Amino acid sequence: MATRKRRVGPWSLGTVVAWLITIFVVAMLAIVADWERIGHHFFNLEVAEAMLPQLLTVAARNTVIYTIASFCIGFVLALMLALMRLSSFGPARAFALAYIELFRGLPALVTLILLAFGIPIAFSLRIPGGSMGAAVTGLSIVAGAYMAETIRGGIEAVPRGQMEAARSLGMSHGRTMFSIILPQAFRIMIPPLTNEFVLLIKDTSLFYVVGSTPATRELVKFARDFMSDRRNATPLTVIAIVYLLITLPLTYLVRRLEARVGRGR
Amino acid sequence: MSTPAIQIIDLHKYFGDLEVLKGIDFQIDRGEVVCIVGPSGSGKSTLLRCVNLLEEPTSGQVLIDGINITDPSTDIDQMRTRIGMVFQQFNLFPHLTVLRNLTIAQIKVLKRSKEEAETVAMDMLERVGVADKAHEYPIRCSGGQQQRVAIARSLCMGPEMMLFDEPTSALDPELVGEVLDVMRSLARDGMTMMVVTHEMGFAKDVADRVVFMDDGVIVEEGPPSEVLVNPRTDRARRFLRMVAEK
Repeated sequence: MATRKRRVGPWSLGTVVAWLITIFVVAMLAIVADWERIGHHFFNLEVAEAMLPQLLTVAARNTVIYTIASFCIGFVLALMLALMRLSSFGPARAFALAYIELFRGLPALVTLILLAFGIPIAFSLRIPGGSMGAAVTGLSIVAGAYMAETIRGGIEAVPRGQMEAARSLGMSHGRTMFSIILPQAFRIMIPPLTNEFVLLIKDTSLFYVVGSTPATRELVKFARDFMSDRRNATPLTVIAIVYLLITLPLTYLVRRLEARVGRGR
Repeated sequence: MSTPAIQIIDLHKYFGDLEVLKGIDFQIDRGEVVCIVGPSGSGKSTLLRCVNLLEEPTSGQVLIDGINITDPSTDIDQMRTRIGMVFQQFNLFPHLTVLRNLTIAQIKVLKRSKEEAETVAMDMLERVGVADKAHEYPIRCSGGQQQRVAIARSLCMGPEMMLFDEPTSALDPELVGEVLDVMRSLARDGMTMMVVTHEMGFAKDVADRVVFMDDGVIVEEGPPSEVLVNPRTDRARRFLRMVAEK
């Protein structure tokens, strides 16, 4: 065939050109870049070491706590919203739909600022747990909206015959939901919910705008404080590594789980 | 005469604008085995599903043992424990073992203890011949075994009557017999049965009465020797010829 002849082994002309351009750009960057400066500001071991105990005992720990708290509260909210969304009672459906569309449509940051500043200013009402309590509440509200759709999808993926079989045995709608439908739905939902968890880990970085004490800082706020103190960007590199150490294994796990669910059906 | 087990009075059912049941009047006495036959789309499954209210009738009444279950004040969950149902697709709970499939409703609805429920369950599995699969998950059972488990699951609730919705239609031909045998033995034991089926042989052997439905109405009913052998109506004759040619 004509197209075959233009190839040199597995290397097409396009591939060779792409590689040449890439090598050229990388080489130019390597020559032009100020490696000493980059090393000092982004890979400064002395700065990284100074972060160490608190990086893990305070910042990473807080990030994980905020994520788990938001996930758990968000999940309970989401479960209620999903059941309302599937309910035969019109007003419940309308409320759930409005909630979900509202909080998925807004930037999460707007909801966080609303809870941390808006509501306290308007009603001189403080959410328990201080600014971090407000931030966790805000993120839970947003997470609830996203997870509600995941849970609804999982419930709807369970065949209709399951509900019919359980009902024909005399089980009530609610009993069937909790004993028969939800256990099957959760299996389907585990990969997307893990994904949601990964997104939440990253979203806790938004907490840095609501103001925290040295003891309640999460990773980003912690890094920002360190950067100001040291006039150095290494803390960013360090927290980037911490984030990736948490998120990459989880992302990998999601892919494995998805493959398994895919095979199981 | 005693109250009929199932009595249906002027039942209509619409799906949107489509009228699938056009005024059904019909009853089944205790201990009677009735087979409902007819072309697909004739409304026979819908009629069956109205008997335990899986399908809500648009109008008309369904009386179970004299109790009007279409009355909203009737406790339908309680009534459903008295009416067993077997589905074309078995609908076993895939996340539970066979034994748990049989005990869950006994424990949650009839409030039996776990031990009591398991004793009943094992008896029923024995009766349908799949006791050796008690601790397997449904996916590890053949279609015929799954359907027999589904029958056992219904029997655990101690129903007074059983509804069968094309119980052998999803089965490989060589597995049909084992399910029909279980149904035959149920009929022999005096169970009231309403069976939607395409198994004309089963209807001829086992049914006390055959009901032929077409286009949302009962066209003809009577003993199988009449309806299945010498039908009075053209529609029934045409249908039986088509089934015989298959």
